[in-house]
Amino acid sequence: MTNVLLEARGIGKRFGGVLALKDVSLTIRCGEIYGLIGPNGAGKTTLFNVFTGLYPRDGGEVEFAGKPLQLDSPHRVAAAGIARTFQNIRLFGNMTARENVMVGRHVRTRAGVFGAILRSRAEREEEAAIRRRADELLHYVGIADRADDLARNLAYGDQRRLEIARALATEPQLLALDEPAAGMNATETAALRELIEGLRRDGVTVLLIEHDVKLVMGLCNRVAVLDHGEKIAEDVPEVVRANPKVIEAYLGTSAH
Amino acid sequence: MDILLQQIINGLTTGSVYAVVALGYTMVYGVIQLINFAHGEVVMIGAMVAFAVIAALAGSALPPAVIVLAGVLAAVPACMLLGYGLERIAYRPLRHAPRLAPLITAIGMSIILQHLALLVWGRNPIAFPQLIENPSYGIGGAAISGVQIAIIAISLLMMGGLSWLVYRTRFGIAIRATAENVHVASLMGVNADRVIAATFVIGAALGAMAGVMYGSYYGIAHYTMGFVLGLKAFSAAVLGGIGNIPGAMVGGLLLGLVEALGTGYIGDYTDLCRWPGAAEGGWMGERCADGAHFVLFGSNYQDVFAFLMLILVLVLRPSGLLGERVSERA
Amino acid sequence: MGWSVKHKLGLVAVAVALIALPFVLAMAGTAWVRITNFAVLFILLSLGLNIVVGFAGLLDLGYVAFFAVGAYVYALLASPHFGLHLPFWVILPIGALVAGLAGAVLGAPTLRLRGDYLAIVTLGFGEIVRIFMNNLSAPLNITNGPKGINLIDPFRIGDFSFATTAGALSGPIKYYYFLLIVLLAVIVINRRLQDSRIGRAWVAIREDEVAAKAAGIDTRNIKLLAFAMGASFGGIAGGMFAAIQGFVSPESFILNESIMILAMVVLGGMGNIWGVIAGALLLSFMPELLRYTVEPAQKALFGRMLVDPEVLRMLIFGFALVLTMRFRPAGLWPETRHRRELDADRK
Repeated sequence: MTNVLLEARGIGKRFGGVLALKDVSLTIRCGEIYGLIGPNGAGKTTLFNVFTGLYPRDGGEVEFAGKPLQLDSPHRVAAAGIARTFQNIRLFGNMTARENVMVGRHVRTRAGVFGAILRSRAEREEEAAIRRRADELLHYVGIADRADDLARNLAYGDQRRLEIARALATEPQLLALDEPAAGMNATETAALRELIEGLRRDGVTVLLIEHDVKLVMGLCNRVAVLDHGEKIAEDVPEVVRANPKVIEAYLGTSAH
Repeated sequence: MDILLQQIINGLTTGSVYAVVALGYTMVYGVIQLINFAHGEVVMIGAMVAFAVIAALAGSALPPAVIVLAGVLAAVPACMLLGYGLERIAYRPLRHAPRLAPLITAIGMSIILQHLALLVWGRNPIAFPQLIENPSYGIGGAAISGVQIAIIAISLLMMGGLSWLVYRTRFGIAIRATAENVHVASLMGVNADRVIAATFVIGAALGAMAGVMYGSYYGIAHYTMGFVLGLKAFSAAVLGGIGNIPGAMVGGLLLGLVEALGTGYIGDYTDLCRWPGAAEGGWMGERCADGAHFVLFGSNYQDVFAFLMLILVLVLRPSGLLGERVSERA
Repeated sequence: MGWSVKHKLGLVAVAVALIALPFVLAMAGTAWVRITNFAVLFILLSLGLNIVVGFAGLLDLGYVAFFAVGAYVYALLASPHFGLHLPFWVILPIGALVAGLAGAVLGAPTLRLRGDYLAIVTLGFGEIVRIFMNNLSAPLNITNGPKGINLIDPFRIGDFSFATTAGALSGPIKYYYFLLIVLLAVIVINRRLQDSRIGRAWVAIREDEVAAKAAGIDTRNIKLLAFAMGASFGGIAGGMFAAIQGFVSPESFILNESIMILAMVVLGGMGNIWGVIAGALLLSFMPELLRYTVEPAQKALFGRMLVDPEVLRMLIFGFALVLTMRFRPAGLWPETRHRRELDADRK
């Protein structure tokens, strides 16, 4: 049996009187691409924000890589090994592509103010390593030629890639992608699919929220379906696809 | 004289002015999340315009009530126009700029307005002419003046009026919807531009009244009066929960009380000679001989209370007394 | 370092010009050297504020309070007021530390909240520091109230005093060289911080705080670091101000000064070191500029002064803030990122 990377038990989240997540439990195994789908407003992004420490949760536990995960602040989650991207791309617009990725190395490096001011040998070496790693990652996601461009000047698809490179720079064990194909055309989606498959080959576990059901079904090892804040299915794509509850959830929403 | 009751009366007076000014901050913050630093200056200009008109008419044969009314009727529209102009010219073009831009513009506008007022009215304060007798009434060992009664009554009336506008009218629904979510409100047919401009104009009108009241209470209007008044009113808005209209009212009154009581008693409580065991050969020794005082902090620290309150709220309950917990939208 | 010959020659020319400058200025009058010294002091302050506002995107509206803290620390530890006469190289670090600490104490409760709260809290803090400077004269005389503290020691190294004239080296010229060295050090520090792990984290927070958190930055601590560092720069500048002036009083540390420093940073271009320096130079020489242009012009046109130059100065600062934000948010001298990248490559 493959190792469990992340296990969530009974996650709940309330916004005022609205119950956005109800007792959600799920298990992500090492090395798989785990899809999270569901109709609009089902709570996918909310769950994501809870997992990455952006929202405080109202109950439940998360165990990550065998240890309880501190969910009180996003930077600790990043340090623990979960990196994420955002549905509506959030880059540092006035920094170059390379600098964006270099920021991702922050959590794995340690130079402080005095190191920076004195430019000690250790600091210079670390800085060079950060830069090298950033260039490697830009190359990996296929935008090495845009390294010196400001992030805000990149094409849409390249911005998505840059965001993934920045997330990878934190050396995540789990990469969480929030609708990476949103707004992409067919060609860009195909390229993205290749990139994600490449990640799996290289041993990165991926949590994928996606609206594009075809992409999820073709890519994921296992899929969970959320509806009205509850998990209604979790299994391999073929089984999930045939689940009557899932079909109802999707038809139910598309009927209005 | 009952000092406690007297300080409560004084605190309620300044507190109701703080509350009215705080409403201007909180309404604007509610709809566009901007600290309108220039609001304090709008209040100041309200006071200056009113006092200039009143001083000019003071020698005429008009009855005093008419003169005061003329001052108010000049100040309120002038400030409404100013509030509208501020939003239209300074803030609206920056609505989609990075957060720092409107904030820096706001402090810039505040400096510009303050120094324009200095150019127009000079460095000297304008005094409120002796027009009307200010009768004083005794209640329970304390005194309340006619001006104080007027200030508290007018403030409560305006707060009531604003509450009615916001919670009981169609336009109020539009304001609250915009505060909740500008985009959704626009989709629902709310003209967000108009609502935002309206909050500035209403806030400025309230501010003008507050300026006149504050000036009448202290008898003078001065080009620098808006700065500290604005800081305190903003603290009051934060105390009540920024963006929350009833919160601004509660915060203002509470801040006024804390400030009045604090100023009234800080001298006594920080007088080391009155501390147990200090005087009469105690650890303060000769310094307390013959009923001498050793006051660490006297009433000249009055302006510190609002700031301490602000810091305390930010540490203990940043959402304010009546505010909801706000989490950053991802 | 692969500097080209042209670069090296340019550098030498600038160095010679900066070294010769005070003697040229002294020919026009020692007052000009003093004015230049204050301009350099304001460059230092702007560079300190630039870390807070420009790099980390935190609006500090009471920066002059930290300047005041540094100045009073120096005044209290090196004047007859308490009879203490510590040497400057002991006091300046103490001033930096106290100012930085004040910044941390003020920032800690504020920086976990939305950025606007910092603006209002710093604005209030500036006012509070002024109230304390004015009133901490009784019952124990700590600050000497509105009268201020006089007869502050100049910088002294052994028998070498910065206040006396030795040959062609007048007091202000000596301070000029001292300030120049400090300025160079501060520029180097700023440049290095900007291109470091910490500097990138600051800019990332400025650009998008949520994304910065998600990328693993402990935003609260990193913001606090920027705020405390900026404050300690202000503290050092304050110490030098006290020594050069020989006198401190609360009225040197009013809100208008904070606004002026902010205007220097904003006008020059937030986050852009050379732009900020240019902005600080422009605005600190402006009073002289006004004195030689606007004042005579007004007298000639209207026969008297209609607009007080001090009022005009503040109006200009106000308009500088508003108009820059509206029309040139990157400042008058925007940084060309491309060139910066080339600089980085050359190292």
